[in-house]
Amino acid sequence: MSEYVLELKGITKAFPGVRALDQVQFQLKKGEIHALMGENGAGKSTFIKIITGVHLPDEGELYLNGERTEIKSPKDAQKLGIAAIYQHVTCFPDLSVTENIFMGHEKISRRAKRILWNDMHAEAKRLLQELGSNLDPRTKMGALSVAQQQIVEIAKALSMQARIIIMDEPTAALTTRESEELYKITEKLRDQGAAIIFISHRFEDMYRLASKVTVFRDSRYIGTWGVNDIANEDLIVAMVGREITQLFPKRQGEPGEELLRVEGLGKTGYFADISFSLKRGEILGLTGLVGAGRTEVCQAIFGITDYDKGRIFLRGEEIHIKHPWQAMESGIGYLPEDRQKQGLVLDWGIGRNITLSALDQLSSRGWVDEQKEAELAKSLAEKVQVKAQSIFDLASSLSGGNQQKVVVAKLLTAQLDVIILDEPTKGVDVGAKSAIYEMISELAAQGYGIIMVSSEMPEVIGMSDRVIVMREGRVTAALDAATVTQEAILEAAMVSQTIS
Amino acid sequence: MEKRVLLGRRDFSWKSFFLQWEWMLVLIFILVNVINTYLSPYYLNGDSLRDATMTFLDKAFIVLPMVLIIILGDIDISVASIVALSSVVMADLYTRGVPMELAIFICLAVGTLCGYINGLLITKFKELSAVIVTLATMIIYRGIAYIILEDQAAGKFPEWFSYLGWGYVGPVPFIFLVFVLFAILFILLLHKTTFGRRVYAMGSNATASQFSGIKVDRIKIIVFTLAGLMAAVTALFLTSRMGSTRPNIATGYELDVIAMVVLGGISTSGGKGRMIGAILAVFLIGYLRYGLGLVNVPAQMLLIIIGLLLIAAVMIPNLKGRPYKGKKSG
Repeated sequence: MSEYVLELKGITKAFPGVRALDQVQFQLKKGEIHALMGENGAGKSTFIKIITGVHLPDEGELYLNGERTEIKSPKDAQKLGIAAIYQHVTCFPDLSVTENIFMGHEKISRRAKRILWNDMHAEAKRLLQELGSNLDPRTKMGALSVAQQQIVEIAKALSMQARIIIMDEPTAALTTRESEELYKITEKLRDQGAAIIFISHRFEDMYRLASKVTVFRDSRYIGTWGVNDIANEDLIVAMVGREITQLFPKRQGEPGEELLRVEGLGKTGYFADISFSLKRGEILGLTGLVGAGRTEVCQAIFGITDYDKGRIFLRGEEIHIKHPWQAMESGIGYLPEDRQKQGLVLDWGIGRNITLSALDQLSSRGWVDEQKEAELAKSLAEKVQVKAQSIFDLASSLSGGNQQKVVVAKLLTAQLDVIILDEPTKGVDVGAKSAIYEMISELAAQGYGIIMVSSEMPEVIGMSDRVIVMREGRVTAALDAATVTQEAILEAAMVSQTIS
Repeated sequence: MEKRVLLGRRDFSWKSFFLQWEWMLVLIFILVNVINTYLSPYYLNGDSLRDATMTFLDKAFIVLPMVLIIILGDIDISVASIVALSSVVMADLYTRGVPMELAIFICLAVGTLCGYINGLLITKFKELSAVIVTLATMIIYRGIAYIILEDQAAGKFPEWFSYLGWGYVGPVPFIFLVFVLFAILFILLLHKTTFGRRVYAMGSNATASQFSGIKVDRIKIIVFTLAGLMAAVTALFLTSRMGSTRPNIATGYELDVIAMVVLGGISTSGGKGRMIGAILAVFLIGYLRYGLGLVNVPAQMLLIIIGLLLIAAVMIPNLKGRPYKGKKSG
């Protein structure tokens, strides 16, 4: 019998265009809480999906209790006693707690195939009590708080005799007190012999619970340490410390006059008290963890969603923007995070995508001048260096980086002063990344004011003149290019009390 | 980095030109006419063909804006009720002594208003789909028509009003000329203007269209308002041809119209299809009905044939002409 309940060796998984995991290893002992840490995009999610049978690895070996095993489907994982609990609970809100716990493995009488409701309710009650909860199993799932829903999810894991439990950022949506409850339950599970993989961005969680910590970075395994054997600073370096090469172009020129000023912007439940200003020719980095409210702030400025507090000034005048077309008419453009769903008409050619925002200037009295249109599309597509044969190539046939260039080209057709870029290099390979960086700094040099939302630390530091960090809907730091460090950003982005 | 040059022109290929659903429709159209001629010696008679054309063209006016609605990815099932309401209002006003010219104008205004209300509701209440909103207004508009006329017929219009439905300009039916005029307008609107381009964009990707600064709500309201206006135009021609009106006039037109649009190769998931396809489908179904009627094929049989054609239209998406199809890069 092996010392490890779960061991992975040399796991590699590639998706079209991206290597999500590269020769990753991991070892989990019985009765251990093992923290797994890393930046967004480090490969944690893919790794979890491999353990839970959602993805099959391209290479590598997986051992359960020392035996080589293949987990081919989520059902397999369930049978082998592996369960995952996510930050956003995936439940059926209109069904009862009992139904959620027993979904897919209901207790059914042998002969009549009747559902044994009483047995199930009783069993649900017992499981919940074991976890120290007095929830009525007949309550509808949707009526519960996130913390309570997580407890139900854990009860569900227990009802399936899970021996390996993965918790994916379970505390991200919880208050301090609820987190404390969750810690206790997690410890209880450990004492009963379960092995737990705990993923979190909060150092607090790690120090409070875990005995071991493993760090992934850039789809690779970096190392495993005892929680008390590694200094906090070293851990941060392990998580973010990649070499910043010449990826980022040098920029000259001083920022000009103020273009955009946001004062005390707030939207109940999403963000509050957001204030910043943006100058001509400046790149303002807006960073923080996924879910910190960055996109929501940008979409409020662009008029996709509304805000209920605060004021926005453009070139010194207050503006009230309710629709994206108003934003674009006043000179604010937005490059959305999801370019396939929000940026492109995929079954159209490159050319028509580029001119979609420019139809008014390409027409007289509503009639499209197709000659003029083709010329503009061609010149812009060449300017941003889209790799394609002709402007009639379908947008869907392009790689991620080239699709992004098309969306940028579309922005360039409008008369803009401010450009908001939401994760401009997400899912783009390194070559296209550097092209996009060059484009961004050229735009700044031309006098655009640029807000760049990004989760990628090196990109934020390499490109920005100033950096604003958000956490849980609030600005937690405003840093200058001269003094900004990854550590400073991480401290502001994560819960910081326990770091010092 | 090397400077890239992109082609600004697309190479023309006869193969992809002919591999379009519209040619399929032309083929079926010819086939229908050949079979009809073969089946009945009375089919290829100028006068009766002309009369047949006049009877099926009234609902064709609604087909034109319905193409826009379905390209948007929406649907409007209230159009037949709008026909009824605007027709009934016109007849009622006329019987109460309002001059016919004014009654016609009000008929058009009522249709336009009904369409505008549809568009307003659909854009204001985004959680409601167009099918739900127009299901509700379908019942409401028809209900108002019943309140106004109480299941009576109204008519006795002035002599000249029958010209709309029965008149000729030389040898050509007046209704045919008006339809051709509207058809050309709608073809230009959809394929040559910024408006039409934006309609296609919204049908293909509504979110990206909104993010690109398109006034999506305004365009949707205009499209539904156009449907209301064209339903009122149908009401004029239909009422003229019938000589009187009843609240149950044009019952079932919405499904006929939608069937013609779908047969015309316009995808119900939005963003694809061309105006000319739906226009071809109007004539295809019209002559099919007329020809099979001549040889006494039961009406139910006809429905089955149209149903089969519809399934074929949906099943051969690879043959369908894609408006902005480009060459795939390797």
